[in-house]
Amino acid sequence: MALAFRLQKSPMPGFGLGMGITLAMLSLIVILPVGALLARGISYGPEAVWATINTPRVWAALYLSFRLAFLAALVNLVFGTLLAWVLARYDFPGRRLVDALVDLPFALPTAVAGIALTALYAPNGVFGSIVRDLGGKIAYTQWGILIALIFVGLPFVTRTVQPVIAEIEQEVEEASATLGAGRFHTLRRVILPLLLPAALIGFALSLARAVGEYGSVIFIAGNLPMKTEIAPLLIVIKLEEFDYDGAAAIGIAMLLISFAMLLAINLIQIWSRRRIGHV
Amino acid sequence: MFDNALHAAGGEKTAQWRPVAEESRPVRILLIALALGGLAVLVVAPLAVVFAEALARGAGQALASLARPEATSAIRLTLIVAAISVPVNAVFGIAAAWTITKFDFRGKAFLITLIDLPFSVSPVVAGLALVLLFGTNSLIGGWLVASGLPVIFALPGIVLASIFVTFPFVARELIPVMIEQGRAEEEAALTLGASGWRIFLTVTLPNIKWALLYGVLLCNARAMGEFGAVAVVSGKIRGQTATMPITIEMLYNEYLSVAAFSLAAVLALLGLLTLALKTVLEWRHADQLAATRRH
Repeated sequence: MALAFRLQKSPMPGFGLGMGITLAMLSLIVILPVGALLARGISYGPEAVWATINTPRVWAALYLSFRLAFLAALVNLVFGTLLAWVLARYDFPGRRLVDALVDLPFALPTAVAGIALTALYAPNGVFGSIVRDLGGKIAYTQWGILIALIFVGLPFVTRTVQPVIAEIEQEVEEASATLGAGRFHTLRRVILPLLLPAALIGFALSLARAVGEYGSVIFIAGNLPMKTEIAPLLIVIKLEEFDYDGAAAIGIAMLLISFAMLLAINLIQIWSRRRIGHV
Repeated sequence: MFDNALHAAGGEKTAQWRPVAEESRPVRILLIALALGGLAVLVVAPLAVVFAEALARGAGQALASLARPEATSAIRLTLIVAAISVPVNAVFGIAAAWTITKFDFRGKAFLITLIDLPFSVSPVVAGLALVLLFGTNSLIGGWLVASGLPVIFALPGIVLASIFVTFPFVARELIPVMIEQGRAEEEAALTLGASGWRIFLTVTLPNIKWALLYGVLLCNARAMGEFGAVAVVSGKIRGQTATMPITIEMLYNEYLSVAAFSLAAVLALLGLLTLALKTVLEWRHADQLAATRRH
């Protein structure tokens, strides 16, 4: 590693101290713990890890976490882009307040969001009672999990797309219009391709966050095995049973999903840099 | 007079004319309504319900529940955790940003990826990894417990978990700002004979102070509110390792709704304060924050 981070000649002081602090913290906080997780999997044995994951209950949890995270990220992609467009392009009273409110899901602790959403969508809650009268149920079903995941991922797409919209020169839209394109055509053929890379990065960030989300979900989920049990909860259950090997096996599966998504985000960034010169 | 007539005609015309690069008025109103309606249901309603539930039996009850020993010990613990993990993260963030932006070295992209990693790791997995490294049945953990410094189910574990989940916050805020500002000012100070510390304190720090404050704010909000990672490493020992979010869960599961939501309201107020300060920074010092924040 020392070789990998070798310095090219520079007169600026502070490389040794800065790199020292960086690597020490990185090792203590990230590399050693993640290494311990992987080491536990290796000592447990790949077959045993696979046997732990390859059970209906774990598959159901992983599938549930990933599927609902994907749906939530999709909702956020559409709504987040709409929100970014409205905030960047239109002027209306209270726009700045609304702009600040978009970040609330980042600032509100997940446990607070969890009990608040449950209170809202429980059968006796403000929204839940309306749905109950219509014969439906949101809290303690997969719908409840979906709403919690939409909440925590809401700001990502808006915050990646909004600066891109602000940077678009309106001349390109005017050019498109003078060439005879209707407004919808201009939006679809000129604006949307410009927004796509940023929107995809926001989507991937929102997805990555939602797959691993725990705090806001467990209150509203109901946590029924095979039905509303998310993957992170399975880890907590295994730990409470002192089944560290089992917890590590599921943890490794989730870590691999995270790595895959991190890779996807980086690939999107490289692709968009090649295509339009910036992210 | 002619001039006036022209203006009047022009005025009449603008009422009909609309820029080609804009949606029609009904479409605009519809989109704004959709955005505001969606935000009201998704974000404002949950926030409002926290305060409504906390005050369901009057402000007196809410305040009384905050004076209970489990609430006060949770608030104290959360403040201690933030007081340790936020400065540690600020120092790390500055060191990492300085190293990454002021020097050229191989493997820089890999280093940035490693720093970003905690963003995409589930907090529960983070907690699990810390338990496996420092828990009693691990090599290091066994030795630490034997020497009277347990990490898991104790304060150090909660601090480590909080640092993990906020790890990239300060560095991520500083790196783009410091890249944009370049190295010329520091190099000038260097040729004038300033020492490394002097360059940092008198040249770099004034340039990055607002970005640093921005990162610290976000870091603090997350450190005080972290639930998943802390839930795994803390052991949830009442009065000892139960932070505010953990205590909220305990109270909620015991059907002590007013107490749970009162504590939640305190954290929600902290969140609102964070948002307000962050917004002020974005308005006043946009030019000194990362480019993506400028809107």
